[in-house]
Amino acid sequence: MAAMTTTTARAGGRADRASSRVQTFLSRHGGMMPTFAAALILVLLFIGAEAFLRGDFIKPLTISNLLINNAYLLVLAVGMTFVILTGGIDLSVGSVMAFTGMLGAKLLADGLPVAIAIPAMLLGGAAIGLFIGILVQYFGVQPFIASLAGLFLGRGLAFIVSLNSIKVEDPAVLWLQSTRWKLGDWVVTPTGIIALATVAIAAFVLHLTRFGRTIYAIGGSEQSARLMGLKVGRAKVGAYVISGTCAGLAGLLLTAYANSSYPRNGIGTELDAIAAVVIGGTLLTGGRGYVLGSMIGVFVYGTIKTIINFMGAEQAWMQIIVGALLLLFIVVQRAIVARAEGRR
Amino acid sequence: MNADTEVPPIVEMRGITIRFPGVLALDDVDFTLRPGEVHSLMGENGAGKSTLIKALTGVYGIDSGSISIAGERQTFSTASDAQDAGISTVYQEVNLCTNLTVGENIMLGHEPRRGTGIDWRATHAEAARHLASLGLELDTRSMLAHHSIAIQQLVAISRAMVLDAKVLILDEPTSSLDRGEVEQLFGIMRDLRDKGVAILFVSHFLDQVYEISDRITVLRNGALVGEYPVAELPRDALVTKMIGRELADLAAIASSSHRDIDRSGTPVVKATGLGRRGVLEPADLEVYEGEVVGIAGLLGSGRTELVRLLYGADRADEGTVEVHGEHVRLHQPRHAIDHRISLSSENRREEGVVADLTVAENIVLGMQARQGWLRKIPKKDQDAVVQEYIDALGVRPANPHALVGNLSGGNQQKVLLARWLATAPELLVLDEPTRGIDVGAKADIQRKVAELSAQGLAVIFISSELEEVLRMAQRVVVLRDRKKIGELEASTTDLDGLIDYIANAGEGSAA
Repeated sequence: MAAMTTTTARAGGRADRASSRVQTFLSRHGGMMPTFAAALILVLLFIGAEAFLRGDFIKPLTISNLLINNAYLLVLAVGMTFVILTGGIDLSVGSVMAFTGMLGAKLLADGLPVAIAIPAMLLGGAAIGLFIGILVQYFGVQPFIASLAGLFLGRGLAFIVSLNSIKVEDPAVLWLQSTRWKLGDWVVTPTGIIALATVAIAAFVLHLTRFGRTIYAIGGSEQSARLMGLKVGRAKVGAYVISGTCAGLAGLLLTAYANSSYPRNGIGTELDAIAAVVIGGTLLTGGRGYVLGSMIGVFVYGTIKTIINFMGAEQAWMQIIVGALLLLFIVVQRAIVARAEGRR
Repeated sequence: MNADTEVPPIVEMRGITIRFPGVLALDDVDFTLRPGEVHSLMGENGAGKSTLIKALTGVYGIDSGSISIAGERQTFSTASDAQDAGISTVYQEVNLCTNLTVGENIMLGHEPRRGTGIDWRATHAEAARHLASLGLELDTRSMLAHHSIAIQQLVAISRAMVLDAKVLILDEPTSSLDRGEVEQLFGIMRDLRDKGVAILFVSHFLDQVYEISDRITVLRNGALVGEYPVAELPRDALVTKMIGRELADLAAIASSSHRDIDRSGTPVVKATGLGRRGVLEPADLEVYEGEVVGIAGLLGSGRTELVRLLYGADRADEGTVEVHGEHVRLHQPRHAIDHRISLSSENRREEGVVADLTVAENIVLGMQARQGWLRKIPKKDQDAVVQEYIDALGVRPANPHALVGNLSGGNQQKVLLARWLATAPELLVLDEPTRGIDVGAKADIQRKVAELSAQGLAVIFISSELEEVLRMAQRVVVLRDRKKIGELEASTTDLDGLIDYIANAGEGSAA
C-alpha cells in the first residue's frame, strides 16, 4: 500500500515536472508557434507533392531550384520582415526592385563598371527606403501611404530609365546566375549564396544587436520603446532603409536571373513578399516574428509554385492557394495573440 | 532622514510653464529635489503632477522656465536625454514591451555585448541579479506578457535600477501592487534613498505618502501651493491644500448611501447561475431600483469577469439574465445597451474615452449611438446636455472643446461617466471608476452616483478600495478565487468585518 502510494506520488511528480517544463517552454517560446506551423506546412507540402508526383519531387535538384528561383523574393522578404516587425508595411519593394534593376542595367549598358553599377543599385534602393522612412517617422504619414508613394516613385523612375527591356552582357553580373557550384546533386548559384547570406546577416542584426532589439521593442509598443530611451526614430527609419537596400539587392539578383531588366518587372511582388513574411509567422501588428520564418514562408510560396508547374495546372490556382494559406495563418496568429492576452 | 537643506539640490525646476491647446497645464511652477530624499508630489487630478514629471523626463517640452540637473542647465527633447542625465522613470501604466522577455525588458538598451553582438547569457544573468536585488525570482527568459501587471510593474522598477539613476521617479507605482509588494517596494526605496538617490514619488494613497516621504510638494490647478517637510504637514492640512476646500463631502455621501432599499418588487436586473468555465463559477446577482450593489474581492477574484458576463462583453456559457423580470439574452454589449444597461470599463484609456475627440463629442457619443446615427441630436440639445454634465461632475477644464487626451485621468473618468449617464441607463455598472484618481475627483464622482441612485438608478460599483465600496453600497457581493462567496449588508458591516469575510468566509464549510 505504502509502496503503491510512493509510486503514484513519483509518477505524479514526473507528470508535474513534465507539465512545468511545457509551461516554461510555452512561456519562453510561445511566439515561435506560427513559425513552427509554417515549417510543418512546408514539410506537409513536400510529402504531399512527393506522394502526388510518385516520388519525383523530393530530390536535390528541385530543392536547389527552390532557392535559386526565389533568391530575389527571399531578399525582399528579409527586408520586409524588418519593416513588418516595427508594425509598418513597405509596398514599394516591387517597384524599387524594378527601378534598381533598370538603373544597374542602364549604367552597365553605358559602359560603366560593375564596381559603380552595383553600389548605385543598392544606394538607389536605400534612398527610396530613406525617403519612406522619413515620411513615416518625421511627418507622421501612415506606412501604407508613404510606401505607396514609394511604389509609384520607383515605378516611374524605372520607366524614366527606359521604356524597354535592357539586356545585360556584363560577365560579372551574368556570373552571379550562370555559375553552378555543385555538391553531389545539390546545386547553388552565387545569387542563392547572396540570398542566404542576407538571411544570416539579418538574423544576426535582429537578434544580437541593440538596433535589432529596438525594432522588436517598437513593434511591441512604440510608446514604451520611446519612454525606455531607445533610439526609436533611428531604428524605424533604419528598417525602411534596410527594406529599400534589400529591394536594390533583389533588383541585382533578378537582373542576373533574367539576363536583362524590364521596367514592368515585379508588379505585385511586394504582395508576394508580404505573404511570405506572414506565412512565415511574423505578426502584421509587429513585434513578433523571425527572419528564418520569412525564409520558410518564401520556400512555402516557392514550393506551391513548383507543384503547380509540375501539375501543369492554371497559374490562377497559385493565387488561390496562397490566399487560403494567408487566411489560415492570420487566423492562427489571431488565436495565438488572443490566448497570450487571455493568460495574463 | 536627510532633510538638510544645505545639500545642493540634484533637480531644480524654476518657473516651469506648459500650455496645451485650451489648457494651461503648468503655470510658473518651482520644484526642487535633493539627493537622499523621498519627495512626494501631491495634487488632485489635473493639478499638473504628470505634466511636471513629463517635463522633467523630456516627454513634454517646456514653454518657459528652466531645468537644472546637478547645477547644470538642461534642455531635454527626448526621454533618452533625461535618462542620460541620470533620471529614470517608472510610469503608472507599465511602459514595457510585453512581446519581449522579462530579462530583455530590464536590460533593453544596456545589454552587455561581446564583440559586436549582444551577450544574451550575461544579459539574463545581469537581469536576474537586478531582480534578485528587489527580492524577485522570475524566469528572465519568459515572455513579459505571461506575468501579471503587478509583476510587470516590479520589472519596470528593476529596469530603473539598471540605469544607476541619480533621480528615480515613481509615478503611481503602487496602484496595482498588493500590500506585501508595496512593503517590498518601500524597502527598496529606503535603500536607494540611503545610497543618495533622489526619489520623486507620486501616489494617491495618503498612508503610503506619509509612510515613505521626507518632503511633500503640493500642486493645485497647475500652480504651486508649496513645499513642506512631512512632519510639518498634518493630513487634514495636506488634503485642504490639495483641494482648496474642506471636505466633509465624503461623510455626507456615506450617510446618504445608507438607506433602506425596497427589495420586495422585481429587480431591475437579475442574473441566475451566470458563469463561464475557467473564468467564473456560476454566480447569482440581483440589483433593485435605487440600489448600489458593491462588488468586493481581491484583484483577480472575478469582479470584472462577473460584470463582463452580465454585460455580454464576454459570452457566458451558463446562467440566465432577467431584466425587469423578463428573460433576455445578452450576448453582445449592444443587447445590454438596448436594455438600458451601461458598463464603464476599468480600462478607461483603452475601452473608454476617445482621446482625439473633444469633451463634448465624447459625452454625446453614447447618446447619439443609442439614438441611431441617422437621427442627429440637435446642436442645442447636445450643448445643453454637455454643459449639464460638465457642471454636475465638475469636469476641469470646464471647456467642452478641450481634447479629452489633454485632460487628467480623473477628468477623463468624469467625461466617461457623463457619457454613460447621458444615455439614461437603468443599470449603471462602474468598474473601478475611481482608480488612480484623487480625492477631489473621487468625491465628485461618488456624490453624483449616490445622487442618481437616490433618484432610482440601479448601480453596480466595483472598487479595490473597500472603504469606498462600503461608503457607496447598500449591499456588498464578495468574490474570491473566481467564485461568489456571499453577500453582506453594508449598514451592518465595517471595514474589518469585510476584510475578514473576504479572507475567511466559507473556509470552515470547505474543511
